[in-house]
Amino acid sequence: MTQPVLSVRNLEVEFVTRRATLRAINGVSFDIAKGEVLGVVGESGAGKSVTGLAVIGLIDPPGRISGGQIELSGTRIDHLPPEDIRRVRGKRIGMIFQDPLTSLNPLYRIGDQIIETIRTHTNLSESAARRRAIDLLAEVGIPAPEKRIDGYPHEFSGGMRQRVVIALAICAEPELIIADEPTTALDVSVQAQIIALIKRLGRDHGTAVMLVTHDMGVIAETCDRVAVMYSGRIAEIGPVQEVVRNPLHPYAKGLMGAIPTLAGEDKRLVQIPGSMPRLSAIPQGCPFNPRCAFVFDRCRVERPEPIRQGDQSVACHLFEPAEETAA
Amino acid sequence: MLAFTLRRVLQAIGVMLAVGVIAFAMFRFAGDPVSQIVSIDTSAAQRAEIRRSLGLDDPVLVQFGRYFINALQFKFGVSYQFRLPVSSLLAERLPATLELAICATLFAMIAGILMGVYSALRRDTVLAKLFQAVSLIGISLPTFLIGILLIYLFAVTLGWLPSFGRGEVVKLGWWSTGLLTASGLKALIMPAITLGLFQMTLIMRLVRAEMLEVLRTDYIRFARARGLTTRAIHFGHALKNTLVPVITVAGLQFGSVIAFSIITETVFQWPGMGLLFVQAVQNVDIPIMAAYLLMVSLIFVTINLVVDILYTVVDPRLRSTVGRAT
Repeated sequence: MTQPVLSVRNLEVEFVTRRATLRAINGVSFDIAKGEVLGVVGESGAGKSVTGLAVIGLIDPPGRISGGQIELSGTRIDHLPPEDIRRVRGKRIGMIFQDPLTSLNPLYRIGDQIIETIRTHTNLSESAARRRAIDLLAEVGIPAPEKRIDGYPHEFSGGMRQRVVIALAICAEPELIIADEPTTALDVSVQAQIIALIKRLGRDHGTAVMLVTHDMGVIAETCDRVAVMYSGRIAEIGPVQEVVRNPLHPYAKGLMGAIPTLAGEDKRLVQIPGSMPRLSAIPQGCPFNPRCAFVFDRCRVERPEPIRQGDQSVACHLFEPAEETAA
Repeated sequence: MLAFTLRRVLQAIGVMLAVGVIAFAMFRFAGDPVSQIVSIDTSAAQRAEIRRSLGLDDPVLVQFGRYFINALQFKFGVSYQFRLPVSSLLAERLPATLELAICATLFAMIAGILMGVYSALRRDTVLAKLFQAVSLIGISLPTFLIGILLIYLFAVTLGWLPSFGRGEVVKLGWWSTGLLTASGLKALIMPAITLGLFQMTLIMRLVRAEMLEVLRTDYIRFARARGLTTRAIHFGHALKNTLVPVITVAGLQFGSVIAFSIITETVFQWPGMGLLFVQAVQNVDIPIMAAYLLMVSLIFVTINLVVDILYTVVDPRLRSTVGRAT
């Protein structure tokens, strides 16, 4: 097996508050291979975005990475000094945020923002960087880029701004793109275009993509593999077809059951009762146990570790080899 | 953009007209000017003669029209106490006040922005906390007290700086400047600091608050995610966004610096317009008071206009929205 672009092992992220230390991410491990798109799904607060921010080194105090390691193409990046991780950001890892309306500095021309980023990471001259910026804008599908490059962010629509943001994220040909809910703030019609664009860029440049979203439709359409997160842990991870068609973890089952279909089956959507626990009150054992339909004694005491099931990996006691009959 | 500027100019003219009416009304309601001019033993006939020669017999509208037309030509009548044209008195005093106000504002902006940026970026350092404490003092201590304290420390105790006056001045045409002589510069230091201290603390607190606000925005986070250097983020992206509101406040404050230089000029016996105004108030010299009122409001209105236009230069969003709205 070739070396993955991104390899996260037992990542832990803590937020130190006056009252207590809250663990937002607790033992998350995953890999993303070259050219692969990994979807990360889960409810709000499951730790999807924090995982993305931890990878790019943008966890702000009082938050900190308290354990585990993050490797980018074989080199550890989780303990780099600030100046070194800055050089990684934007150059080797590009990031796309949720809201394109607020991601761009309103006082600078978009061209200047792109040129600034290019020149921060390469030795290109001003004019060469400008030519490259025009090429990038063309690549992300902005019409008449040689004119639009001198526009200000407010002169672009939401979808066009997200294209500019994507151009900024890929301008130094990064190995990895982290897209944190890139379509949530956009119109449905524009969402599909942006997703198609991210997918195409990943394929054309062999870039690994970590796509954080809570839109299962986007996951099913775009990703090669998907990780379902719950309460700071990965509940289930595996190839997208399997996880969507045949989810193993009770939470993943509930999540997939909550996707509306157009097939016309006149069924009510499945709901998962209750809500995700707050970080300050994560239950002992499996964090999902209070809401789980298959809960048994062991779930309330012992935290389940990921277990391989074919290509999938699931953190649930139901799949312990020894317990299979008992469950 | 042009329509926007024109509209703002028209508004400014409207404001000046209103101020003109008030200035004119001062002549009519702040006592009888004739009794200010004459001595006690002037006969009634002489009083009537003076009244006629000053045009005070004419209908109010005619008087206002005359006052208005004269004001447009910077003729504000003759000072009762100095028997000199008010415009030449003001022109003689204007350079002193403007130099003081500009130096005070420059001091306030440079020190205020530097201290504000520092205390936003290094929020938890001792120096930042010291700045915060000093700014509280600057905001709460009255100007004259600061002036007197400075005089006591640097002029009386240490003897480093002169306690009053403008020092030697050099004439450049009708403009007299104290900026070219050593004694002029020395004399300028304490009044400028006294006058600018309040503005400095205001700007410092504003810059700090705005900067902290801007540093939390998405585009700063995205700028960090793009791997820009901390320097580029702080001093390029964050500071420029911080300066938009700072420009307005600093601009408007420049007007108040001129208006409130009255106190500083009195404390330091600075030969500017403010001192002239205080003397005018003591002697009920209405032409000077009215002209001063017009002048200060003209400066205020002009600065407002400039700030509005500057705003659109800094913030491209305003440029196109004002273009579209008009």
